[in-house]
Amino acid sequence: MTEDTYAGTLPIRKKRPFLVDLATRFVKEKPLGTVGAVIVILFLFVGIFANWLAPYDYNDAFVGGKLEAPSTSFWLGTDNVGRDVLSRIIYGARISMFVGLGISGLATVISTIIGMISGFAGGKTDIIIQRFVDAWVCFPGMFVMLTFLAIVGQGVAQLILVLGIQGGIAGSRLARSAVMAIKSNTYVEAARAIGCPTSTILMRHILPNIMAPLIIMFTMGLGGAILAESSISFIGYGIPPPAPTWGGMLSGNARRYMIQAPWLAIFPGLALSIVVYGANMFGDALRDLLDPRLRGGLGRYSGGPTRRPSL
Amino acid sequence: MRSYITRRAILIIPTLILVTIMTFLMVRFVPGNVIDMMISDNMVGDTPIEVIRENIEKSLGLDVPPHVQYLRWVGILPQPEENGGGFHGILQGDLGKSLWTKRVITTEILSRIPISMELGIISIITGMIVAFPIGIYSAIRQDTIGDYLGRSFAILCIAVPGFWIGTLVFVLPSIWWGWSPAVEYIPITKNFGANIVQFLIPGLIMGTASAGGTMRMTRTMMLEVLRQDYIKTAWSKGLRERSVIIRHAMKNAMIPVVTIIGGQIPTLIGGAVIMEQIFCLPGIGRYMLDALGARDYPIISGCNLMMASILLVVILLVDMSYAWLDPRIRYR
Repeated sequence: MTEDTYAGTLPIRKKRPFLVDLATRFVKEKPLGTVGAVIVILFLFVGIFANWLAPYDYNDAFVGGKLEAPSTSFWLGTDNVGRDVLSRIIYGARISMFVGLGISGLATVISTIIGMISGFAGGKTDIIIQRFVDAWVCFPGMFVMLTFLAIVGQGVAQLILVLGIQGGIAGSRLARSAVMAIKSNTYVEAARAIGCPTSTILMRHILPNIMAPLIIMFTMGLGGAILAESSISFIGYGIPPPAPTWGGMLSGNARRYMIQAPWLAIFPGLALSIVVYGANMFGDALRDLLDPRLRGGLGRYSGGPTRRPSL
Repeated sequence: MRSYITRRAILIIPTLILVTIMTFLMVRFVPGNVIDMMISDNMVGDTPIEVIRENIEKSLGLDVPPHVQYLRWVGILPQPEENGGGFHGILQGDLGKSLWTKRVITTEILSRIPISMELGIISIITGMIVAFPIGIYSAIRQDTIGDYLGRSFAILCIAVPGFWIGTLVFVLPSIWWGWSPAVEYIPITKNFGANIVQFLIPGLIMGTASAGGTMRMTRTMMLEVLRQDYIKTAWSKGLRERSVIIRHAMKNAMIPVVTIIGGQIPTLIGGAVIMEQIFCLPGIGRYMLDALGARDYPIISGCNLMMASILLVVILLVDMSYAWLDPRIRYR
């Protein structure tokens, strides 16, 4: 609007929306991160359009077509029941991406809530919440997740819930320190002085300013969440068969046939590695861009989320 | 320093109490099906189901209010007469018995700790051997091809799932050379070499996985330190690169890396669950997994508590070493 009015008279640099600006900088400055982003988006699309992309249904068993080597009709071969491996990997992308995004999203939301309460309230509330968080992170994540999954049962919803809560509590410290760094700024004090209610301060002043660490947390968590889901499905506590999870495809009865049919062992793991690699590359590059403390102190976001520099 | 240690050590007590409460609460959610499973196992004659259920609940100590159960489990209140009375709880080092095999959990766990520890130590050492040189090289040659390769390798280490590599180790060498890893546990006392080989493969897989994180941390810390004024001073004094990097930069950059290695221990324990399963090592992870399959809740809570306590101590030790290495922390 203003730009248009003055467009002819003053050489004002056109202000682009934050996200567009960020995306442009991202592609320009982070080639590896862009590759990662492309990989993630690609797998996301594969997941969404699995119905159209997969040559067969993930549960179609071809009688007489068991353990077929990769060929023109079965690009990646068939498994011990005669199901097309490629189709199962394509449908597996749907589960992996959905569960991964779900876990990472839920974890970020939980982290934010705990972090905002604990970090903003301070004092006794903070001490009590932090003791709980301390105690919680003492348990090895895998043990806790398996214990809870044994209690709540197996399935997509349960997995997202358990892994999301686990990740959320563990990540809440990061959100808390980000909140505490923002809280001490003068504009928060000013907002309080003019009589803003706490909820307004939290939503209008704190939340937008901790967006950068939260976005980082979400993208960095994505790869880990996909990996955790597949690991848990691998040991048989994740999403039960016949759902085509990449972790599940590497375990169970298929293991007995892997020496005679190595494609069963190779391709699901390859898909998993590629997508986690992409997610990590993307998250990493985004972190570098949004958290420039690690690049010499230039950029938008100041105020460290952690005392010790994060990974 | 002493006051710092005391403060940290005192803070551990409430955390430890919370840990026991949380572990206890996890077990409180025992789904009914375990008791149902036990009922069907205990069906004798025509005793009504309600009576059997009551007996089982009584023998499991589930017939009293939760706080009494908790205090008995901790060992502050005596056990009921039917179970022989006396104080048998965590404070006495007694984690109870397995629901099914009736074996004493504490001894079972203690006999498995060396196995898990051997695996853990091997993976930490291999992780450091891989991580430090690459991380440091990446930092001092920032934004060169070598740095890009190093960083890509670090992310690759994190991205490639250990259980996949573990699976491939069984499949590919067997196809190529007809060799596959041992599938039976070889005690170290029986055959030292074979035992080390057996542990080396999963240890290496877990080590490289954790090396990714250490590598990146090493790089970040080196970069941070290399920007400091005292490094500029060292350069301007005309010191050789090796001297600047090793004597001035590395010494300071390594301090936070200690923390990251300590922080990886939970992940290592988690990874061990999978590796012990794949490579058939009877460690704690395997014990836990078997117990989960059998819904053997005393074992599950015992393992959880044991691991949490070990981690709590490890975190304390790491923080202490951190404070010892970096005096700035102590005066916060």
